[in-house]
Amino acid sequence: MVPRADFTSYYGKPVIKPPSWQARDIAGYFFLGGLAGAGSVLAAGAQLTGRRAFATAMKLSSLGAVSLSAAALVHDLGKPERFVNMLRVVKPTSPMSVGSWLLAVYGPAAGAAAASAVTGRLPRAGAAATLAAAVLGPAVATYTGVLAADTAVPAWHDAYRELPYLFAASATAAASGMALAVSPLHDNGPARAAALLGGSLDLAIGGVMERRLGLVGQAYRDGKAGRLMRAAQALTAAGMGVAGLMGGRSRLAAAVGGAALLCGSACTRFGVFYAGVASAEDPRYTVVPQRERLEAAERRQKPA
Amino acid sequence: MTDIHRQLSGPQHDPAGDAGHDGHPPRVGFFTDTSVCIGCKACEVACKEWNAIPEDGMSLTGMSYDNSEGLGASTWRHVAFIEQDAPAAKSPEPEGRTELRWLMSSDVCKHCTHAACLDVCPTGSLFRTEFGTVVVQEDICNGCGYCVPACPYGVIEQRKDDGRVFKCTMCYDRLGAGQEPACAKACPTESIQFGPLDELRERAALRVDELHRAGVEDARLYGHDPEDGVGGDGAFFLLLDEPEVYGLPPDPVVTTRDLPAMWKHAGLAALSLVAGSVLSFAAAAFTSRRSAG
Ligand code: SF4
Repeated sequence: MVPRADFTSYYGKPVIKPPSWQARDIAGYFFLGGLAGAGSVLAAGAQLTGRRAFATAMKLSSLGAVSLSAAALVHDLGKPERFVNMLRVVKPTSPMSVGSWLLAVYGPAAGAAAASAVTGRLPRAGAAATLAAAVLGPAVATYTGVLAADTAVPAWHDAYRELPYLFAASATAAASGMALAVSPLHDNGPARAAALLGGSLDLAIGGVMERRLGLVGQAYRDGKAGRLMRAAQALTAAGMGVAGLMGGRSRLAAAVGGAALLCGSACTRFGVFYAGVASAEDPRYTVVPQRERLEAAERRQKPA
Repeated sequence: MTDIHRQLSGPQHDPAGDAGHDGHPPRVGFFTDTSVCIGCKACEVACKEWNAIPEDGMSLTGMSYDNSEGLGASTWRHVAFIEQDAPAAKSPEPEGRTELRWLMSSDVCKHCTHAACLDVCPTGSLFRTEFGTVVVQEDICNGCGYCVPACPYGVIEQRKDDGRVFKCTMCYDRLGAGQEPACAKACPTESIQFGPLDELRERAALRVDELHRAGVEDARLYGHDPEDGVGGDGAFFLLLDEPEVYGLPPDPVVTTRDLPAMWKHAGLAALSLVAGSVLSFAAAAFTSRRSAG
């Protein structure tokens, strides 16, 4: 669809303020939170099915990812000591508040699960922590979709129905990619299945989202966001192909396929991030859909 | 409609009471009547002076007489200048001259009834005052910047050097002392009117009627309607053209109106993530048993 050209604006200036967040911090945070959260679920599954090495590797991956994601969040605040103010209140209307509390509980759980797995100490507590991380992990992976959508940014807000599912699928693809890369070959059956499932849902939901967004979907096709989204699709498809076909037999294929899935997931998050920024910077994406909404409401009021 | 929906969107006649201020003064606001604005920028200057807002650069933008470009961390009143060919000259101009119409409008934070900035603020730094206005407590703001893309009007902004956000307080300090905000005080044409919001809404309705009777058919109110997407603005306007001409969104909606649905989707997405993993382990068990058997 070609964007409607006739709209007015104030000297072409954006109507809303684009987020001032750094892509590396916030898109990186989306990616790492997904990798950590979905990884905790795979770790719990591996533990329950007696795949020790797989479980330990994923616990370490989740701990690493959540630590980096917390670092990204704190870095974005400018001054680290400001993070304490995040835990000053609990506010369900603020996805950032909810997310901070989630991280504050999930992070230590992921840490305890990893520590127990590596040292072999306190196996009961380790199992409890593994379970806790697996329960909270999916929320860590999907709430970031709400974090983005709960703004006036057209490419994010208008996609509020799809973003959490896209992020869940993308997180599953990332975590299964990591599992393929780091777990023993004979144990990676579930990782391959999760890669195929997560990857294909990621591609499908992304397509549905772009179409449903109409005019605003253009923000996901143009410029940097478009390049990243296309790269994400190619990497995810390639990762699924390589890991799915040969990831059970060849160590190299598992590692390459896994890496492609990880990169694909990262590209999806950066693509979503830049689509949001672009949709905020161009007044067309704010004005045209709102104008159309008003006109539709008027038409409903006085049918011709 | 459930309670949570009512808190997040729709008409709300007592935002200060809803925020827990008992026995609060009436809600106050601004009615900016752009039909009498002369573009003198006294409001911009008075605002900067009273609130000790730092200088934020002087640039010649080429946007008519507008050199402050828009609202931001260090511009809490912004006068927009729009040059137009007059839409319908009443009498034909001699020698094919077209008449120029000059629109001027002093923009400001809307002090929304349902303020997205306040809703999404994770620290409680943004709060609803007893006057029904929306103010940032600078000692609590932690610079997360979430309110910036949440505002449907592009008002609130971070200061580059320290990351915290700043915006119009409707001169909270002056209100506390029983005075009107600096911009309204300075405005020489009463384009900026300050007072109890109910009174302003009545006055504004009369003014539009008056203009319509005088043949100014383009006159319209913006942000006055408690039924609109933000539950009505505490600072509303009389405009002479479509809102987007002035850089205002034509139909702003508080993003948190959809938050309950967003959380529902996030919950379902989290559950499907778990289901997908269970499925993956089951599929692996199934295929390995089949290849073993
Ligand atoms: S206009 Fe923007 S900054 Fe002002 S109260 Fe509304 S959401 Fe907050």
